[in-house]
Amino acid sequence: MANKLETIDVNLHYGDFHALKGISLAIPDHSVTALIGPSGCGKSTYLRLFNRMNDLIPNTKITGQVLMDGEDIYKIKSSKIDHLRRTVGMVFQKPNPFPKSIFENVAYGLRVNGISDNSFIENQVEKTLRQAVLWEEVKDKLKKSAFELSGGQQQRLCIARALAIEPTVILMDEPASALDPISTGKIEDLIFELKNQYTIIIVTHNMQQAGRVSDYTGFFYLGNLIEFDKTKKIFTSPSKRETENYITGRFG
Amino acid sequence: MTHLDSELRILKSDILEMWRLVVLQLEKGKEALTNFDRDLAEEVVENEKRVNSYELKIDKDCENIFALFQPVATDLRLVLASLKISNNLERVGDIAASVADFVLDAEQDFNKEILERTKILEMYSIANEMLADTLEAFDNEDTRLARTMFKRDKILDKIDEAALDLVYECIITYPEQARNSLLVMSMIRKLERVGDMSKNIAEEIIFYFEAKVLKHKKKKQKEGDE
Repeated sequence: MANKLETIDVNLHYGDFHALKGISLAIPDHSVTALIGPSGCGKSTYLRLFNRMNDLIPNTKITGQVLMDGEDIYKIKSSKIDHLRRTVGMVFQKPNPFPKSIFENVAYGLRVNGISDNSFIENQVEKTLRQAVLWEEVKDKLKKSAFELSGGQQQRLCIARALAIEPTVILMDEPASALDPISTGKIEDLIFELKNQYTIIIVTHNMQQAGRVSDYTGFFYLGNLIEFDKTKKIFTSPSKRETENYITGRFG
Repeated sequence: MTHLDSELRILKSDILEMWRLVVLQLEKGKEALTNFDRDLAEEVVENEKRVNSYELKIDKDCENIFALFQPVATDLRLVLASLKISNNLERVGDIAASVADFVLDAEQDFNKEILERTKILEMYSIANEMLADTLEAFDNEDTRLARTMFKRDKILDKIDEAALDLVYECIITYPEQARNSLLVMSMIRKLERVGDMSKNIAEEIIFYFEAKVLKHKKKKQKEGDE
């Protein structure tokens, strides 16, 4: 399988704080990679490399290469960054729908990208709501405010919104940590469905979730990538003592 | 210590107790045969129930740990290995009881000459030592000792293979002990299985400590660093 994303010796500093220490990692296309590790280990920082969201944090310094389809996304023209963020969708911990209708939440990304063909937009909204396994629940109330949905539905709406602009990569930062078990299950099933078409990276504190949804798992600690391997290997016989201690809950 | 740690500790102590009991069952069985001690043989048969209840207890321990703690890595391997080890120990327990049953079935003392010629006592000693050593290997994380099982099992196999002709000779030589000779034959067939089960247990010990799967591997790979 070709590598969709790759970092080569990436170091990242927030001011004096060394948040990522020489991370080299290749992420295969059409796979789900889970990033695990204790709070402050660098996993979310690493995730945000791929849509250049760290750029928005003052005093951030990044060295090394971050490649998408072989191209260094930190060497592209600043005018291309918007395009990059279109190809890399992101879903956050707390569902954050816009204060708009369900329909407009999904259509928004298309409209700001200059698409005005209403029938195209309608098709795309239905298609992505179906992809996010939300269509059946909302098809009769598309004009209603997104805030009327439950937390789990709002999160799937946010996933539909990310999918609408047809990204190739989806970054998820704790996408189910604020949800009940049923909604969590739906999000996990959705991730499993989506990996046929997208490359997904998910940051999670829930290790069983990492085990259930991902093909590969990376364990971060104190800014280092301690171990990266197939998820089955990590959760049955990890190579590093630190990984073993973390996943078995004997940390520190 | 985490909650899971304390549950795993209970599991380990249950399995070690079961193990010691089964080792003791084999030892008593051998003594019962050597001294034609019917009381002791009866005790072994009776104690089989205790072995079985350990197996049920360990099954339940493992089921609870899976359901409540979702163990991973070394913890997962311990639970999986415990399930299989206790299953093998239970079968060894069955064998100890069956052999004791054969002793009870004998109508007269076993002729020492028959026990000598068929090598059944030697076989019994080796089987006992093998099982006792798997216990030591588990308790001391000694995978080297566990690996010795693969070679030692061969000695039992040889005694088993030679048994038919030797028992036949005994029947001819001591016709008044023909029935006992046949009982010895049956015991040898049973004891041979203890070697196989010690091997199975050794594989689980190596899986637990080294995360290596040796089942259905060739002999050279198994003996590895021996």
